Amino acid sequence: MAHAQGSYYIPHGSHWPIVGSVGVATLMVGAAKWMNGDSSGPAILMIGLAITLVMIFGWFGTVIKESETGIYNDQVDTSFRWGMFWFIFSEVMFFAAFFGALYYARNYSMPWLGGEGHGVSTNAVLWPGFEAVWPAHGNGPGQIGGEFKTMGWAGIPLINTLLLLSSGVTITWAHHALKAGHRSQLIIGLAMTVALGTIFMFFQGKEYIHAYHELGLTLGSGIYGSTFFMLTGFHGMHVTIGAIILTVILFRCIKGHFNAEHHFAFEAAAWYWHFVDVVWLGLFIFVYLV
Amino acid sequence: MSAVMTSEDHHEEHPKGISRWLFTTNHKDIGTLYLVFSLIMFFVGGAMALVIRAELFQPGIQFVDPQFFNSMTTMHALVMIFGVVMPAFTGLANWLIPMMVGGPDMALPRMNNWSFWILPFAFTMLLSTLFMDGGGPAGGWTLYPPLVLQTGAAFPFVIFAIHFMGLSSIMGAINVIATILNMRAPGMTLMKMPLFVWTWLITAYLLIAVMPVLAGSVTMLLTDKFFGTSFFNAAGGGDPVMFQHIFWFFGHPEVYILILPSFGVVSSIIPTFARKPLFGYSSMVYATASIAFLSFIVWAHHMFTVGMPLAGELFFMLATMLIAVPTGVKVFNWVATMWKGSMTFETPMLFSIAFIILFTIGGFSGLMLAITPADFQYHDTYFVVAHFHYVLVPGSIFAIIAAVYFWLPKWTGHMYNETLGKAHFWLSTIFVNLTFFPMHFVGLAGMPRRIPDYNLQFTDYNMMATVGAFGFGLAQIVFVYLVVQTIRGGKKATDQVWEGAEGLEWTLPSPPPYHSFSTAPEIK
Repeated sequence: MAHAQGSYYIPHGSHWPIVGSVGVATLMVGAAKWMNGDSSGPAILMIGLAITLVMIFGWFGTVIKESETGIYNDQVDTSFRWGMFWFIFSEVMFFAAFFGALYYARNYSMPWLGGEGHGVSTNAVLWPGFEAVWPAHGNGPGQIGGEFKTMGWAGIPLINTLLLLSSGVTITWAHHALKAGHRSQLIIGLAMTVALGTIFMFFQGKEYIHAYHELGLTLGSGIYGSTFFMLTGFHGMHVTIGAIILTVILFRCIKGHFNAEHHFAFEAAAWYWHFVDVVWLGLFIFVYLV
Repeated sequence: MSAVMTSEDHHEEHPKGISRWLFTTNHKDIGTLYLVFSLIMFFVGGAMALVIRAELFQPGIQFVDPQFFNSMTTMHALVMIFGVVMPAFTGLANWLIPMMVGGPDMALPRMNNWSFWILPFAFTMLLSTLFMDGGGPAGGWTLYPPLVLQTGAAFPFVIFAIHFMGLSSIMGAINVIATILNMRAPGMTLMKMPLFVWTWLITAYLLIAVMPVLAGSVTMLLTDKFFGTSFFNAAGGGDPVMFQHIFWFFGHPEVYILILPSFGVVSSIIPTFARKPLFGYSSMVYATASIAFLSFIVWAHHMFTVGMPLAGELFFMLATMLIAVPTGVKVFNWVATMWKGSMTFETPMLFSIAFIILFTIGGFSGLMLAITPADFQYHDTYFVVAHFHYVLVPGSIFAIIAAVYFWLPKWTGHMYNETLGKAHFWLSTIFVNLTFFPMHFVGLAGMPRRIPDYNLQFTDYNMMATVGAFGFGLAQIVFVYLVVQTIRGGKKATDQVWEGAEGLEWTLPSPPPYHSFSTAPEIK
């Protein structure tokens, strides 16, 4: 399927990018004002969010419509694939910053505060008696955030790991069904994936409530709480985004979009979902297990 | 739905007025937007530099209070890095890469539009912080905590502006990679691509790898200030030095993001005016890739004095020195390209030769700074300021200017005024050295950076630098005049423009058609 050489597809102009700039800028100004304690902040943020959502609906809607009329050729498809691939790579690097912070805190800043290596005088003069025990003393020598207990791996986190791993299987099953033309299997597989993601988020919410109410573990619990909640929080945000993307794809499948050869959007969503899955495995190992 | 449709260029409509610029998906329009934006920000950032130099003309406090002085140094850097050099390179990439690889446009034209149209919003947000309670950010562009956490109302706006710029850069970089990997004409193999395309491919990879890390680090600053996290708070088990590590993991590759496309520009210009093919094409490609690889393992040379373990100091010193090898390969190749060439010295060539000499001076002072024990003397002095301005001004900026002179006839269809171009070159080169060379001396003698006052013995050199800075700034007005003049008219440019020019962009008419290659050209 390719006679695309020699003729190219260039999309017509679009007002969505500038709408997006206005929306995101408004959202950011609102958030910044909110953080500064300005009472107009939340309202501005909501307006910005609304404009941004309109942009997302409008822009993706346009692209879906164009795709369904069949004006995209193979070259456009490949451009989209490269775009998605490098976008996911940028997301990986974003998480790398936070994994890096966790690594540094555990292997350098905490031991040094505890007097290891060149931290001898730091410990003796500034924090006498502080022992760098991870995770028990993970809120640092100043006991920032007060007493807390750490989150074990065996309960909810293990269940969540199994949920996400199963969702990786169900989406692969759906993909095979799509390629083989089994529509009902495709829709069931996708719906199961969305359901597993949603249950994951439900458990994650329960875990947070447990942490805040019973363990005394909060975002403010020193570097342990900071890395724990920022890593799992950003991951949860990505699971939510991934589940929304998959839901859109599910509706598109129900409407009869995609066929065995032409389903980039499905694959992009699946890549994204696998990325979220892999990040979770990293979290499970480095945040919960070791 | 049927599997594939081919569509001829069915969007030949050429929108007019403001909507052409707001909604455009055309790589040339977007390239022009980027370049014009960059030029405007060049004068904004330049005005800030002149405030700094005016204050430093004499010891004592003359014109501005220290807080404002520090917000000028901070903003000058943020504007010049994110608002001038990076957008200028992206503008050049937009204009040139589709033409150089024989494609019709960028791979993702609507996202291309958004990458640009984020910038005016992000910079409005950033610049507006100067008028907020507590003034603009004044802790330096490196945003080190805990100092930066003392910023007033400006703080969250600065952080979000950086997020926004990062979004723009990442999308721009994704577009460049997708274009290079997917829009090449048949037969345009990777090792046939012009070096500008190669250097941008590698730059785009660096951008996608490190801009998210910057986003992560400033997000941690934000949560440390507003949401009670302890990333950079020792009492909570974190470490302010951790910020420096994460920041410079972004920051050092960023340095190469600011210079690699310059290498590509110079590698196009030197062979044209030496009338010889580039010496050692493949070694240039490998050298660029090596520099990019090394850029990830040298970051801590920015923080030798912060108190790292000895093994760290040694590793980062040695890894940094390794960069001299691929950089040396490049400088050698440029010189070897000129060797026995039939050289002429049009303005782009003059800027390129000045680039090689002056960038190399900046490279050598970088080598000095790489020596850990010596760096304890140089750290945070004007020697560092001299070093990075040598690689950024007569480095990146000169290459961008050279590129404009080189491709302006292609873009506009008119030749520029060569006399005026040469005048611009000599004024710029003399004043840039007058500005930055004396900084080596005051730096070695111990004058610290980011301080509005200094000891009496530094006065003479500071006066020279200030005169140089104002001269350099005024010389750029010549440039703006020349560019405007060339856009409006002038001698008709031929398709090839330069006698020795080679590459696909020179096979197109001057100015090129709205969609560069609507059918793929044949690659020999």
